[in-house]
Amino acid sequence: MSNEIILEIRSLKKYFTAGKAGWFSRRQRFVHAVDGVDLQLHRGEVIALVGESGCGKSTLALTLMLLEEATEGSILFEGKDITHAAPQERKAIRQRIQMVFQDPYESLNPTQTIEEIVSEPLTVHGLTPNANERRERVIRALEDAGLKPAADYLHRFPHQLSGGQRQRVVIAGALVLEPHILLADEPVSMLDVSIRAEIINLLADLRRARGISVIFITHDLGTVGYFADRVAVMYLGRIVEIGATREVLQAPQHPYTQALLSVIPVPNPRLRRKRIILQGETPNPIELPSGCRFHPRCPLAVEACRRTDPSLINVSETHQAACILLRQ
Amino acid sequence: MNRYRYLLQKTGWALLTILFVLVLNFFLFRILPGDPARALTRDPRMKAEAREILRVRFGLDKPVINCFETLTPLKLGDCRVNPLDTQFFIYIKNLLQGELGISYKTNRPVADILAERLWNTVLLIGAGQILSIVVGVAFGVFAAWKARTAIDYGALITGLVAWSLPTFWLGIILLFWGSTQGFPIGGKATPGTGAYPLLYQIGDVANHMILPTLTYIIVYMGEYMLVMRSSLLDVLAEDYILTAKAKGLSAFQILKDHAMKNAMLPIVTLIAINLGFTVAGAVQIEAVFSWPGLGGAIFEAVESRDYPLLQGTFLLIAVSVILANLIADLTYSYLDPRVQTE
Repeated sequence: MSNEIILEIRSLKKYFTAGKAGWFSRRQRFVHAVDGVDLQLHRGEVIALVGESGCGKSTLALTLMLLEEATEGSILFEGKDITHAAPQERKAIRQRIQMVFQDPYESLNPTQTIEEIVSEPLTVHGLTPNANERRERVIRALEDAGLKPAADYLHRFPHQLSGGQRQRVVIAGALVLEPHILLADEPVSMLDVSIRAEIINLLADLRRARGISVIFITHDLGTVGYFADRVAVMYLGRIVEIGATREVLQAPQHPYTQALLSVIPVPNPRLRRKRIILQGETPNPIELPSGCRFHPRCPLAVEACRRTDPSLINVSETHQAACILLRQ
Repeated sequence: MNRYRYLLQKTGWALLTILFVLVLNFFLFRILPGDPARALTRDPRMKAEAREILRVRFGLDKPVINCFETLTPLKLGDCRVNPLDTQFFIYIKNLLQGELGISYKTNRPVADILAERLWNTVLLIGAGQILSIVVGVAFGVFAAWKARTAIDYGALITGLVAWSLPTFWLGIILLFWGSTQGFPIGGKATPGTGAYPLLYQIGDVANHMILPTLTYIIVYMGEYMLVMRSSLLDVLAEDYILTAKAKGLSAFQILKDHAMKNAMLPIVTLIAINLGFTVAGAVQIEAVFSWPGLGGAIFEAVESRDYPLLQGTFLLIAVSVILANLIADLTYSYLDPRVQTE
């Protein structure tokens, strides 16, 4: 990991319109899917983005992929603002930022062979006019993704592969473009537990071998310890705690992170821990709570939480959390 | 399962179905009440001897099958007759020799009548089919592309309305309108033009085809449009479309390479089934526009209890529907790689 910042997100917001507030109302309502996120990704770094479903982590990924237009804020890729890039620029950027989707059963076209799937990005970007060279790159990508010998897979169809193999094909399709950044949106949540570790190890190897930066989106704090350099915890469209993995996992500062960590199963049945079970559901992202957006469910909430919306506060050089209790 | 076994299995089923249809055809029409000999002349003064002579000529004096003299009214008979001397086995024997029989009413070989009528029907309905597929699929893709806009809703409502119009009613309306615009009102060609130059005759037939084809397109286009639209919308919502977008494919490339190939699958089935029924002709359209096709032939044959003609047309329809389905199955296994292994 170097100190060079490859991707920088500045107060990024993505709102979706959700109809009018009432039949006769003029007020337009919005889903605040991503509501002011700041993040810096370094070259070769792995950041785990953690949060419950509906917290905006997938929308953040889609916005970073420029598949959704940002409402506000900016995205800087290698120092260049790409938030509102023109279609031709977008194409060039997509070559550098690739994505792995959650469901390997849905994200492969059932009528294409593995070779067609993996070679298509090369054709689209006009990278290898030579058929032999193209096949070589496809084979290399498949083997890098752990499908060996690759020749056995070239003419197969997705339905002939297992879930883990399919996800490897998806990863090969992303790798073949030799991207600088890989956005992995819950890449293992649809897979069997036994396969999960394999795929995570694969991503870790790729980071080591190629120096790819990875944004690893997950709702499972248990898996991030394996290979993330930093962890960012999202709640209702905002990052509430971010820091070096060890610090966040061992000394969580935000009550939300504490609650998430307290419910991870520990493989020791004798160990008694205090579990923090959050009350209620995630609030509606259309009508956000006043003040701190976590206060309605926070076990530590005080009166001031209703009024003040806390920003990230330095806990240490490499660890920030957004909670007013930290100020005292 | 490999490709050949799949092919063999499908073909086997198709043959078995045809065999079943052969047997069903025979009994179906003999259960129909009415006496062909009587229906032929429709003359109450006709003498019993004369009727008997006709019955002997058609072979209707023989028992239908062992143990059954006639089916409607049900009359049991001798079970020990020589099977080869019953109507059923004579029918089967003739079929095996490729003999479809002679039409009771016109005294012409059924095969000749079918050949002539088939060509007329394929000409009219084939043109209608192809045009409605092209127009319907094009509109469907366009509507899906502009999903949830005014264009989409407009196309959707138009498609639904057109699809639910009664065919004969629309035909009659177009006939009325067309007659004031100088379109021919029925038949396949203007009588007495048989000796005119070929080019003139082709133009004349084409002119006669305009109104019935238009009726056909309006009614059947809606079905293709609606199926195409919903199928394409389903596919466009798939994750692999999003993946393709993330890989940098343009909207057109996504539509062409990923969406259409998957969205066409239901359309292929629909086309195959409809193509099979092409041969049956659109009975209503052929009746309204007096088109001398197979649909009309069925109608006339039922009226005169013309068993051989009925059997012939039904066999032809069944065979083409089964063939069309077989072709659909095989095309499907080519288009969708998942089919073979399942």
